[in-house]
Amino acid sequence: MYRTRRGRLTGIAYLAPAVLFVLVFTAYPLGQMIWMSFHNWSLINPPRYIGLANYRRAFGDEQFWVSFAFTLKYTAIITPILIVGGYLLALLTSDNSRLRRLTRTTVFIPVVIGLGVSSLLWYWLFSTDFGLINKALQDLGVIDEPVLWLGVDADRSNLAIIASVSWKVIGFGMILFIGAIQAIPTEIREACLVDGASYWQRVTRVILPLTMRTVLVVTLVSVIGSLLAFDQFYIMTAGQPQNETATSVFYVYLNSFPYLRLGYGAALSLILALTILAFTVVQLLLTRRSHA
Amino acid sequence: MTATVALRRSRTVAARSRPRRAGYLLGALCVAICTVMLLPLLMSVLASVKPTAEAAASPPTYLPHALSLDSYERLWTYQQGLPTYLANSLGTALLTIAFTLVLTVPAAYALARFPIPGKEVVFVFLLLALIVPYQALLTPMFLLFARVGLTNTLVGLAILHTAIQLPLSLYVLRNSFSAVPRELEEAAITDGASSWKVLLRICIPSATPAIVTVALFAFIQSWNEFLGALVLMSRGSSFTLPLILAAARTETSLGGTDWGMLQAGITISIIPCVLVYLLLQRYYVTGLMSGAVK
Repeated sequence: MYRTRRGRLTGIAYLAPAVLFVLVFTAYPLGQMIWMSFHNWSLINPPRYIGLANYRRAFGDEQFWVSFAFTLKYTAIITPILIVGGYLLALLTSDNSRLRRLTRTTVFIPVVIGLGVSSLLWYWLFSTDFGLINKALQDLGVIDEPVLWLGVDADRSNLAIIASVSWKVIGFGMILFIGAIQAIPTEIREACLVDGASYWQRVTRVILPLTMRTVLVVTLVSVIGSLLAFDQFYIMTAGQPQNETATSVFYVYLNSFPYLRLGYGAALSLILALTILAFTVVQLLLTRRSHA
Repeated sequence: MTATVALRRSRTVAARSRPRRAGYLLGALCVAICTVMLLPLLMSVLASVKPTAEAAASPPTYLPHALSLDSYERLWTYQQGLPTYLANSLGTALLTIAFTLVLTVPAAYALARFPIPGKEVVFVFLLLALIVPYQALLTPMFLLFARVGLTNTLVGLAILHTAIQLPLSLYVLRNSFSAVPRELEEAAITDGASSWKVLLRICIPSATPAIVTVALFAFIQSWNEFLGALVLMSRGSSFTLPLILAAARTETSLGGTDWGMLQAGITISIIPCVLVYLLLQRYYVTGLMSGAVK
């Protein structure tokens, strides 16, 4: 179709606006960010070329490592919760009975609301004096005094935030796992039943291996999302105490905007982008395979 | 034929008839899970209709002792007023949908149907935003927008949201256009229709589900997006809903946090997303599957 010269030109014309848009609003900023990362620039003074100094500075910057380690810790704790929890929910709700479908829909609702808004909601629930979580725990006799959940102790803040984000995004993995489980051919399921396999045998020998690729892809998507965490920490702890809960993106944000260290912020961005790229490449390789 | 169907059905029934008690337990588990998922939302909605004093009470009450729309009234007039923020959020979301469709529908059509030299390279280039997270590009974006006067404008924020949304949209639409039977289009071309007509009359109608999916994702992403808005919108009058609520978390007329008003704002921000999702669930889920996994 459209194999004429005119046809080819028409095709290029259809493609041009999108290409132009990506060129101006993604590729150009990327180029500028790389350029900025080699400069010392604070908006007030003109940019000055300083070579790799911003990168060297990052490696000696204690807060950079604190943020990076904290982000990794957050990711390491939340990922298994989201993947194992999401998979168990998928196993529970992959049948198409009415109650299962309703559960599926309900678990997915928080996925469509904003992370910022859900963080504000949980900021209230975890609030020391006004939150329902302390109130409920006290009424149940689990705690005597209200607990300071957010912004005082880094680990406790992390746990509270992990609980809130798990509530918010666990349905994402679940829905994709359900899709993969339902895509298993009926013949295979029937064969297992005929062979008299128990439920757990079916899960571990058949369902899990056949949906492994989806599990890996969702894990990577989820890890990338967690490494880029910002909204929940900005809103729920504002990085407190002493920037101990400032994630990598948060630290990039702090440097670029409030501190106006544009060059240094760009170098940090680039380090972050390269870290993410490693995960993205694996993800793309995994998704590629499905087309073959 | 009938026998096979009957056999298959009996097996399915056998598969479902797990021991009864286990069935009840799993049913109860489903109900418990639904409760846990809905409770935070329900509590927020309930807190939003508490009278002012009760909403600010410490320790808090579980259920409102009286109903009142005071919190919504305070939100209505908070700073620039709720209508401004709603209009900003809605305007940005609608512009994002428009920009995304205008850019990706023709591009996806070209990628699906036209013999363009180096097409695969162009496609990968268009997916650039998938490879570089937008969180890392915000400083140069801000500088670019500041230079051309797009900071603090809905168009500027919508451009950022479109840049975020473009790869997924292109991907979903290209797959959908590729699946349209070529015979229909070829017949139309033989009848002398231009490629533009073919796109408008045949491809777009056949790909409506994908277009709805793309619009839906663009809306939800734009309505909810926080960090980009935080960076690009510094003037109070151009804040979107998530921004003004995050600001209201700390600074309000009551001195401390106005918890009732905050819950009213949360409720209002959540409603459109949940409504749109419940109405268009099918599109959302298929879009998620084709975008994230395949």
